[in-house]
Formats: sequence, structure tokens, C-alpha cells
Amino acid sequence: MGTMSATADAVDCDVHNAVPRLSALFPFLPDSWVDYCRETGVEGFDPAFYPPGAPLSARPGSRAGEGPPGSDPDVVRAHVLDGAGARYAILNCLYAVQALHNPDWAASMARALNDWQAATWLAADTRFRASIVVSTRDPHAAAQEIERRAGRGFVQVLLPASAPAPLGQRSYWPIYAAAEAADVPVALHPGVGGANPLSPVGWPSHYIEDYACAALTLQSQITSMVAEGVFAAHPGLQVVLLESGVTWLPSLMWRFDKNWKALRREVPWVERPPSHVIREHVLLSTTPFDAPPAIDRAWVDRFLTQLGSVRMLLHAGDYPHWHHGDAPTALLEQLSPAERELVLHGNAARVYRLPEEIGCARGH
Amino acid sequence: MRTGALIDCDVHNAVSSDAELQPYLSTRWRRHMELIGSRTFSPFTKGYAYPKAARFASRRDAWPPTGGLPGSDLEFMKEQLLDAYPVKHAVLNCLYRAPEQRHDAYGAALATAVNNWQVDQWLERDDRLRASITVPFEFPDLAAAEIDRATTCPGFVQVLLYPRTAAPLGRREYWPIYEAACRAGLPIGIHAASTTPGPITATGWPSYYIEDHTGLAVAFQAQVISLIFNGVFDRFPELRVVLLEGGFAWVPALAHRLDALHARLGEEVPDLRYPPSHYLRSHIRITTQPMEEPERPGDLVPLIREVGADLLMFSTDYPHWDFDNPHRAFRTRVPATLHRQIMHDNACATYRLAA
Amino acid sequence: MTGSNRHVVVAAADEIPPGGRKIVHIDGRSVGVFNLGDRYVALRNTCPHEGAPLCEGALSGALTSPRPGEYHYERRGEILRCPWHQWEFDLRTGRSWVDPERLRVRSYSVTCENDHVVLHL
Ligand code: FES
Repeated sequence: MGTMSATADAVDCDVHNAVPRLSALFPFLPDSWVDYCRETGVEGFDPAFYPPGAPLSARPGSRAGEGPPGSDPDVVRAHVLDGAGARYAILNCLYAVQALHNPDWAASMARALNDWQAATWLAADTRFRASIVVSTRDPHAAAQEIERRAGRGFVQVLLPASAPAPLGQRSYWPIYAAAEAADVPVALHPGVGGANPLSPVGWPSHYIEDYACAALTLQSQITSMVAEGVFAAHPGLQVVLLESGVTWLPSLMWRFDKNWKALRREVPWVERPPSHVIREHVLLSTTPFDAPPAIDRAWVDRFLTQLGSVRMLLHAGDYPHWHHGDAPTALLEQLSPAERELVLHGNAARVYRLPEEIGCARGH
Repeated sequence: MRTGALIDCDVHNAVSSDAELQPYLSTRWRRHMELIGSRTFSPFTKGYAYPKAARFASRRDAWPPTGGLPGSDLEFMKEQLLDAYPVKHAVLNCLYRAPEQRHDAYGAALATAVNNWQVDQWLERDDRLRASITVPFEFPDLAAAEIDRATTCPGFVQVLLYPRTAAPLGRREYWPIYEAACRAGLPIGIHAASTTPGPITATGWPSYYIEDHTGLAVAFQAQVISLIFNGVFDRFPELRVVLLEGGFAWVPALAHRLDALHARLGEEVPDLRYPPSHYLRSHIRITTQPMEEPERPGDLVPLIREVGADLLMFSTDYPHWDFDNPHRAFRTRVPATLHRQIMHDNACATYRLAA
Repeated sequence: MTGSNRHVVVAAADEIPPGGRKIVHIDGRSVGVFNLGDRYVALRNTCPHEGAPLCEGALSGALTSPRPGEYHYERRGEILRCPWHQWEFDLRTGRSWVDPERLRVRSYSVTCENDHVVLHL
């Protein structure tokens, strides 16, 4: 199942590779943790955030083979890259090791996961790029892991959106310092890395609520990162918001800017309106997009002006997740060729430092 | 932009001191007030862990010359608000910490006291005033009883909840409140408030009030998501919910997101009769303050049209610091019909006020 | 004294102490006169945002930060905060903090003449 031809040769910025079974990581895990997992009956960390049977979790055809969707590199390659597929795929592995409470175990699992990604995915196809999975339980360990793995196919740091505390807070800064030093962006993706309820007002009842609220969590995180001065302290840092909608951002920026005019004394290091900081440091993936059912150029013009720049948008297929509607494609259809080129390749090439030729590649 | 007759949907009358409520409490609860007093989620006996821009979260010019807290003096409120602008009606939302009490029966006794005090000190003293019923909403059976009791007094037009609850408001435990509100024919108002069992984010406590205040929009959205997907509006088709002080620029993006999700995951909530945006448009009303200020002021009117011209109701939030001036809050020209809907008509319909 | 440059005595010299202010009404205009210690300044008493009585706001200082966690607080008493939405205005220039080029409040010059504080309108 190739992606739409409009997106052929694009950089797909959100593809989910899955761990087939916990034991696949054992070759990369210290023996003490292997035995710990075995003897205590650990059953793996498939993310509850994506119920295996839910239609959103796996598009038709992606449930191939034995493991969960996205666990076979050959299948993912065939579905995402081959034919009229993407030129590069940025892998964001959502195996939820960050939700472990034990900081050392979580860090060891993350290291194993990254080494498994290198051996199983990056080695399988040069068009794969991967995100470094780190646990926020021990930010210094996370920083070391970023230093150890950045480069050689690892182009990004991946954090789950639901963290134990707002991600702007200073305890997390070793992660941002390491990412800035390694020149890789930090991506936030819906998922659980802390014990907080999945909504700001307590535990929801339904999965559809959990998922709807993911966009809210991202809003809280970006508010935190700006307010706490993450970008003032790390001016080279880029943050990528994945799989959480895009159209909410102007409303957040207006409210945040208005409040900044009143309350900037609390955060004097935020020297410009928060919207300016966000536009300089934040990119968003386009799937899901959360646009009106039918969009025209007038809508797109207004939206892009409110957003600030088409340079903030990254094309993504979100394989194997299956969204309703076709807004990202509808958006692409409304963009000028130059804008489309940025969304499909240019922005990703810039933020992920992909090989030069991609910057001037053209969609077919 | 000058404004014609105006319904101000969010005004705060304040209880200046606990002593003011004592005449409205039984001996048992007067004794409790002396002995223990307020026990909420706040770490301090007074004030907030995030100071709120200004003392008592209020306009600096709103402290009555007679002493007492902003919003505690009706005469001064007339001078600064009711007579200063063409206010036909103002809806009082008293934020006295009755609903936040952890002691269920004390919270209920305080709520009753606040409501009786509102009748005596406010509703009977100026016929422009209307009020919301304060209820101990974390104890829904007690809240429902207070709604049943208070609706026997004229002048109450709404039941007041806060957006930061122990659990999302769509959940079954809160339904007795909606049942009682429907019995009384009143909307539920959800108003921004501060002391809460949990943080304003789904990812823990932020450090600053700027995040807390910006985050309110997120808490309101989470409540809307919960109310819709838990089937509250299918269960209570007459129920209206008014969102107070949570912004409205987020409505279109949320509506698109929920509809798209429902199209993919609707099987999980098969009892939902309509797409989520239908419930947003027909059951939710939203007050305007703090007014959205798009970067390009001209984006406001298209935004309002996208949200829905009959959803928005003007509010000043007097005497709070983020007050909106009825003559100046829209920083762009709003077509006259739309302006009148927002300033007046929509509130008349929602609160059943004579047009 | 011309129509475009009227001089109005608004206070006796000792009436407004350093750090103090007086709000005066002249021809339907409300103006705040402030004594900064080294000089007097005067601003229109209407906030350019939503029209609050700006000169009734708190007098605060200028807060900047070279990096998160560090606070530089200077010029205490010279930054006027709007009594409503707390926007800051520099008493010496009338310029807002958040948008000094485009958002400012009208300022007037003030002189001290023969033990009188004189406002130049
Ligand atoms: S009226 Fe002065 S800041 Fe809004």
C-alpha cells in the first residue's frame, strides 16, 4: 500500500516501527535486566495509548505477519517507502519504556531499544532514519544516551507527550542541552511517560477522549517550554510536535501572547511574544491536521498567516495509524508548488539535516 | 465600538469576610467555621500558589472606597459597571470557596449560605442582577439538593461549576447535577477557578500563573470532550452548558478534531446520536472574556462566524484584572447584527431573560 | 500661551512628593502627573489598550533577564502597570514594554515654575 502519489518521494516524518516482542530487545539489554524481565514475568511495553483492535491504531493491511503492525521492516518498507512511497521515513518507536517508574531500568530499556533500532531498522534500509528513545526519569542518563546515539541515522530525540512534569521545567534541561549540542530536534509524540491522568481534569472514560486530549497535552507542553525559557537557554533547539493536530496552534498563540503582555514579569526571559518564539522553534507534523472537512485556498491563506509560516509544517503519513479524512492531502493540493516542496521535503531536510539533494527534490 | 443594551454574563460579587456569611449558617457550622474553617486543596489559608497578576485577581481601581474586597460593594459596582455601561442584566458568579471544601456537609452549608446571602444582599437590591447557584459539585447529591432548594428563589439563572474537577465532568457521578439543572430549567455554567485537586495540565503542575491562565483553555476543552463523549447531551437533551472565561478561539479546531476522530472511532461510543460538533453548537455557549485578540484584529469576525454567531455571550468579568470593557473589547468592527447577538440576544435566550 | 501649547498649573511644588502622583482633569482630559525625583512626567490617563484609567496603576520596576532564573530589576517606581491588564508603560517615555514602537500612551512635558508644577498641553 503506497502513499498517495502526490506525496511520492516526500520525507515521511512520522512512521511507527514496533517491537515485535520484548525478547527482541534482549540481545541489546544487559543480562541483569534480561533475567529481571524474564523472572518477574514482564510482558512488554506495547503502548496502551494505541489499543491493538482500534481502527485508528492500524490501517487495513498493516496487520501483516505475526508481530504488531509496524514490527516488520520489510512490510514497513513496502508500505511506506517502495513504489510511490516516501524518499525517507523518520521512525518514531512508541514502545512505552518511558512509562516505567524505575529510572535505571527505563534508561536500560531505552538504550536497548535504540540499539535494536540501529541493528534492525537503520541497517535494513538507508532510507530509514530513527528517533532516539529516552526516558525522562533520569534526564542525565537521557542526555548521555543522546550523546551516544545521535548521528549515524538517529536524527531526533523522542519524548512522550504525557510526562511526569511539564517538559519545560529545568530538571529536563540536560535533555535539551544534549539535543542542541548534537544538533537534533526533540519530538513530542502522544504517549505516556508519567503517571498523570490523560486529561487536565482527571482520567477520561473512553479511548476517544484520551486521543482527543493528546492535542491538549501538547498545548500544555509547548506552553511550558516557552514559559520556562527552554528556548532562551537553548536557542538552537527545535521541537517537533507529532500526531496531534495543527489547527489549534493559532488559538494557543493568541491566548499566550495576550497573557504574556500581562504576566511577562513571571517569565522575563521570554523577551518576545510567545508566538514569535514558537514560530522560530516549533514544527508540527500534518497528520492528523484537524482542518474543516473542505478547505479552499482562502482558508489555507488565512490559516498559514495565522500559523506564521509554511516552514513549520512537516509531511507525515503516521503509518500504521489510520486517521479519518484526507485533510493533509487536501492541504497539499491547496499549496503552491514552492510551499508544497517545503512541506514534503524542504522543512524536513532542514530540521533533520538530510542529504543535500533532498532539499531540491521535487514531488512528481 | 459603542454598545447598546448589554447583558454582562460574568460579574463577580464577593463575600468580604466569613463574618458576612455567619448569619446564614446554623450554630453547628458557625462553630465549624471558627474551629477548622476552610479546608480546600490550597496550601495556604489565604491566597493562591500562583499569585494572580494583581491583588485578589482584581482591577486595581476596583477596590471600593468603603473598604472590603472588589465586588463586595453593590453601590460601587453600580458606579463602575452597572451604571457606567448600558447593562440591562448582569449575571453574578460568586467564587466564594464553598465548592472547593473537602468537607462535604460544610461545603454544602456554605453553598446554601452563599446563595441565601446572594438573594438578600444582591438579587433583592437591584433588579438588573441575576445570579448563579453555588453548589458543592464534588458531592453531586448535595449539589442537586441545593439546586432544588435555591430555584425556589427567583433570580437564579444558572448552576455554577468550575472546570478543574476531580474527574472529567461527563462522568456518571456528576449526572445528578445535570438532572437537577434540567428539572430547574437552568443551564450549567463552568467558570474558571483556581484551587483544585489537580494541575491544569495533563502533565503535572506548571511553574507560573501565565501557564495556568493560558492552560484554562485546555481544561475547558477537556470538559467539553468529556461531556460530549460520555453522552451527557444525549441523556439530557435540554441541558445547556455555558463556558465562562475559557476563551473561544479553540472551538473550530476542536470541533474538526472531534468529528474526524468520531468518524474513525465512533464505534466506541455508539450511543452518540450526532457528530460531536453538533453537540458543541447546540448545547454549548461561551462567554467572550478574556476577549480573543488575534494578531490581525480583523481575524476576529471570521473566527466568531466559524465558532457560531449564536454561541457567544459578552462578559466583562468585573472586577477581575482581565476585565473587558464593553466599548473597547472588540478591537475590530463587528457587524451590528452580530454585535447585538453577542452583547444581548444570545444571553437572553440562554438565561431566559426578556429580550 | 497658545492653543496648541497651553501651560496649566496643576500643583504646588511640594504637593507631589518623589514617587507620588496627581491625577488632574483639564478640559475633559484626564492626565496623571508623576514626580520621579529628578523630574516630573505626565501621561494621559487612558490606556491605549481598552481605556483603563492608566495613571491609577501600580508603579513598578523594569524587569529583565539575561537567562532563565536570573532577574535584573531596575528603575523601581518608573514603570507604570495598567490597573486592568497589567501592561507596562515607561513613565519617562510613555512607551509600552511589549511593543514600544507602536504602542504608547500620550505624554506631556512638565516644568517647575515659581514653586508650581506646570503641565504643557
Ligand atoms: S486597558 Fe490597559 S492594559 Fe488593557
